[in-house]
Amino acid sequence: MGEENKVILHGVWASPFSKRVELALKLKGIPFEYVEEDLQNKSPQLLRCNPVHKKIPVLVHNGKPIAESLVILEYIDETWKNSPRLLPKDPYKRAKVRFWTSFVQQQLFDTMFTVTKTEGEAQRKAVKEVSEKLQVLEEGIKELFPNGNPCIDSQNIGLLDIVILSLLGPHKVQEEVLGIKIIDPEKTPLIFAWLTAINQLTVVKEATPPHDKLVALLKFLRENSLKSSA
Amino acid sequence: MEQVQLLGMWLSPYSYRVIWALQLKGIAYEYIEEDLSNKSPLLLQCNPVHKKIPVLIHSGKPICESSVILEYIEEIWPQNSLLPCDPYERAIARFWIKFADDKGPIVWKICGTRGEERQKVIEESLEMLKTIEEHGLGDKKFFGGDKISMVDIAFGGLAYWPGVIEKVLGRNLLEAHKFPRLHAWTKNFKEVPEIKENLPDFGRLLKRQT
Repeated sequence: MGEENKVILHGVWASPFSKRVELALKLKGIPFEYVEEDLQNKSPQLLRCNPVHKKIPVLVHNGKPIAESLVILEYIDETWKNSPRLLPKDPYKRAKVRFWTSFVQQQLFDTMFTVTKTEGEAQRKAVKEVSEKLQVLEEGIKELFPNGNPCIDSQNIGLLDIVILSLLGPHKVQEEVLGIKIIDPEKTPLIFAWLTAINQLTVVKEATPPHDKLVALLKFLRENSLKSSA
Repeated sequence: MEQVQLLGMWLSPYSYRVIWALQLKGIAYEYIEEDLSNKSPLLLQCNPVHKKIPVLIHSGKPICESSVILEYIEEIWPQNSLLPCDPYERAIARFWIKFADDKGPIVWKICGTRGEERQKVIEESLEMLKTIEEHGLGDKKFFGGDKISMVDIAFGGLAYWPGVIEKVLGRNLLEAHKFPRLHAWTKNFKEVPEIKENLPDFGRLLKRQT
């Protein structure tokens, strides 16, 4: 790859935030170099590129770094204007996508982490909260899928699809490890159909680690969390 | 003529973000002050998910979340632009707007806490201000350069709230010698005519905190 237009992604395979950027680049067919960071031993490049948060993902384009996954996704969409467009053209529809992306990011992410990292009463409380928020999301996305059938393909997939995938795409892994139903097709049929549709895309399948690897990862993270809080 | 309404609340810096953006772009709007202890049917209808202000209603369509509203305003009314044209500069701006959204609110927690917890919150606030001082402003007049932009608006609450908090605490928070750039920025920000004419009353804010 020439120096001009060089794209580097500093990420971590296990991070949903990193996965979002990886997916966006692959969906748009943007060649990039991937650098797997060791979060216990962050590279000098990462610390230089994200001095404020020292976190991944960081996208470096033409030597210039961008941090924060949602900011990176908007940058990608504005820089590479080929399909799929991650945000719609219409400003009101864009506002809707940004609103629901913010909802998933702020209302669901942390609560889901709590579900995966706790047990007993704390976990029951978090599960209830996730369930309530999923009901709100189920209601909210009806206007995004007015015919009740989310048809997602590699040309129309967008920001919100990528974000929901990064959190709940692996819901079967989460359900297997936790022994809890997270996405119930009877309670949230639209969300279930939506995630199923996204998970079936070739690019998504190829970017998703094998089921067993994800199960092992989640078990490891959960055990670590429970040990450190005991 | 398109109708623009803003459901807001005088105490909220998020409400003021939208006022400042509309004022800077010269957009006529109707302001509706909400009583958050008795939310209007209009607010509940327009923001059923969060039931919060601010809400912008444009030709009958509601937009919620101040950062989402700011991007919408910029897209519908591109005059006196509040974001740079260049995608990389826009990404830097959005990074700092997100920082203001995620980390800024720690400051509002100072007055509501006591003792050890308050000390912890003060330390976190100072850390946050230090980050902005060292990484965000540089030697520019505003976050984006010579002209006021969406980032300044996003941080706008920091231009007036610390003064109120300092009076309540009886100690300095945003000291000029510790935060020279940020301190200068608060003055530059409040001197912009559209900002100067649209700031909450200091005395009223102070009364509310004590």
